[in-house]
Amino acid sequence: MATTEQSFVNKLWDFFCSLKLTLFLLFSLALTSIIGTILPQGAIPPEYIAEISPTKFQIYSKLGFFDMYHSWWFITLLYVFSLNLVCCSIKRLPHVFKFISEPTLVLGEGTRNSHPLKKELKYSASIEKGKERLVQFLHKEFSAPVITELNNEFHLFAQKTAWCRLGVYVVHFSILVIFVGAIIGSLAGYKGYVAIVEGTSVKSFDGKNGQKMPLGFEVLCEKFNVEFYPTGAPKEFRSILTILENGKPVDGFSKVKVIVNEPLTYKGITFYQSSYGQANEGGAHTITATPRNGGTTEKFVVREGEPKTLKDGTTFAVMEATQEVRPFAPGFSGPAARVQITRKGAEPQVFVVFKNYPDVNAARGDAMVLGYEGTDAKQYTGLQVAKDPGVWVVWLGCALMVIGISVAFFMSHKRVWVVVSNGHIRMYGNASKNQAAFSMQFDELSAKFLELKI
Amino acid sequence: MTSSMLFNVTTFTYLISMIVFFTFLASKNKSLGLTGSFIAYAGFAVQTVAIALRWKESYDMGVGHAPMSNLYESIVFFSWTIILIFAYIDIRYKYRVVGAFVVPFALLGMAWAQLGMNTGIEPLVPALQSNWLLYHVITCFLGYAAFAVACGISIMYLVKAAVEGTDSATPAGGLMSMFPPLRVLDDLNYRAIMIGFPLLTLGIITGAAWANYAWGTYWSWDPKETWSLIVWFVYAAFLHARITKGWVGKRAAWLSVIGFAATIFCYLGVNLFLSGLHSYGSSKM
Repeated sequence: MATTEQSFVNKLWDFFCSLKLTLFLLFSLALTSIIGTILPQGAIPPEYIAEISPTKFQIYSKLGFFDMYHSWWFITLLYVFSLNLVCCSIKRLPHVFKFISEPTLVLGEGTRNSHPLKKELKYSASIEKGKERLVQFLHKEFSAPVITELNNEFHLFAQKTAWCRLGVYVVHFSILVIFVGAIIGSLAGYKGYVAIVEGTSVKSFDGKNGQKMPLGFEVLCEKFNVEFYPTGAPKEFRSILTILENGKPVDGFSKVKVIVNEPLTYKGITFYQSSYGQANEGGAHTITATPRNGGTTEKFVVREGEPKTLKDGTTFAVMEATQEVRPFAPGFSGPAARVQITRKGAEPQVFVVFKNYPDVNAARGDAMVLGYEGTDAKQYTGLQVAKDPGVWVVWLGCALMVIGISVAFFMSHKRVWVVVSNGHIRMYGNASKNQAAFSMQFDELSAKFLELKI
Repeated sequence: MTSSMLFNVTTFTYLISMIVFFTFLASKNKSLGLTGSFIAYAGFAVQTVAIALRWKESYDMGVGHAPMSNLYESIVFFSWTIILIFAYIDIRYKYRVVGAFVVPFALLGMAWAQLGMNTGIEPLVPALQSNWLLYHVITCFLGYAAFAVACGISIMYLVKAAVEGTDSATPAGGLMSMFPPLRVLDDLNYRAIMIGFPLLTLGIITGAAWANYAWGTYWSWDPKETWSLIVWFVYAAFLHARITKGWVGKRAAWLSVIGFAATIFCYLGVNLFLSGLHSYGSSKM
């Protein structure tokens, strides 16, 4: 009974240590990850639900396909992946440590003959002299050797960068560190969103499920601005923020510029520029009406969609308005409104009136020239709010990964053995990888070796 | 002289280089192989000047930024990196014929960019106004380029293996005698991926760092991010498969081809078929 249990445990251990499992997991992670790039994730748009059959929708939902990177089976894959990493490392690390701490000091006869890199030197001095000379040589040209005397021969062993065999394990470990960082972030961090209207401040933000979460301080949006390129493409989204504690601006956090790619961090909470919009949709717009043949300009303050009738019976309404028309009408800038005009007994007409271009407004040739003066509606700035205490652990993991990969890919464990016998000395070389580069290095070493006068 | 003219010269030079490489294959004239490489290097030199010039032109227009901001600029840069990695492999290992299978990738990129794309210099949208753009794009595309070279080498392997496979006792003569031995091709494939994998890793990390800096999330399972991870998984599998028995040779070559297909999907497919944060040059915040 005990033996079968033992063998079961052994089998389980071997299973989690196996490279086949590693390959299976890497391919499974790669293949399943595709699902989440094709199906919508998180909030599913209603058009999508209408598009697919209810059965399909139910099956996908049951399988967690609509939030697949957090589904139980994907997380399980990641856990098994981590377990596989840990087991492989536990199994192989002792061997590697042993390999580094107890190197093969004496090359066996068999391995010697099959070595691709070898050189032989004849000499006439005593074997003691030969050994001393070679120790000196290796010390100077390669690295300090370890000397073993065996069967009237001296075996010299020298090595370089033996520790680079650990590079692979540093990479494996770094993946675990990144996972730990991600877990810390998901447990102790949060993400949210807050919209602040110009001139107002907030003390809380909307958390993941829309619930209000306190910030612990106050954020005031002094101003929000969008700048455009002449082509109409946006150039800069800029919020000017001030942090308030007990209603007073905090030193160094007053009127801070926040743009995309330049967030603001206060007390571990970071604010990222993410969106903007018109605050009160019902804000009032000012429209001017000037008779073409001269006369006083009349001002009308109207809300969007609200019709207004002029003295001559013409009716107009503001359909929509923007405080920066450039993205919609390249070549123009500043506020503009789309207005619908219905002259008495005529079909309604829609056109755009500008604040900065009275000539354009007048060019339409109507008896009543309309203009736009802007709105009292304020803009709001939309900010992502995030706190992630695990992020530094993630960066530590990334740094370890880069270091580990550099070591594992670009460095090699180089070893040189020298056997000093009576009358002749033989030198052997080996590198853990990139033999081609090492063989050139070995050739250089050999050239100096063969010139030794002993 | 404008960068656009020089890019046309580049495209033409790569075309000549490819034709010379093909003639080299057919004629087995050694000096043609060397000529093919040199023409490719000449094209590379012109392209380098052209990229620098386009960079300068953007500053002259008052919208100065590194020329890596939209699909056109990225594909031009991609073909530049492909020739760069090819030059490294070519100078280091001197198997000229590899050029016949790698230069066409660079040519294809340039031809598509020059003939089918809007080549205008556009100002940078706010999301791209960061130094991370440079680090992220350079590392990613050098990685992609190494995978392109590995894919070209793997195609050579598969072609040679298919021709020789029928009677493997005698190495095939004719065209196949120009190819390096299968063992060498397998090794070159591995070496190219050894260059690409660290660069892709750096590319993903710089992308994560940038995303965290700009949006507050280093990883959001955006399709582009996910596909870059899929590519990473495939090549990680390739590297681990090599140390198990039976995964060198044909299977490794196929894995390399699949890896590059995934890379191309990550680069182009995601933008064409899926939605996400990397819609080149669109006015995302």
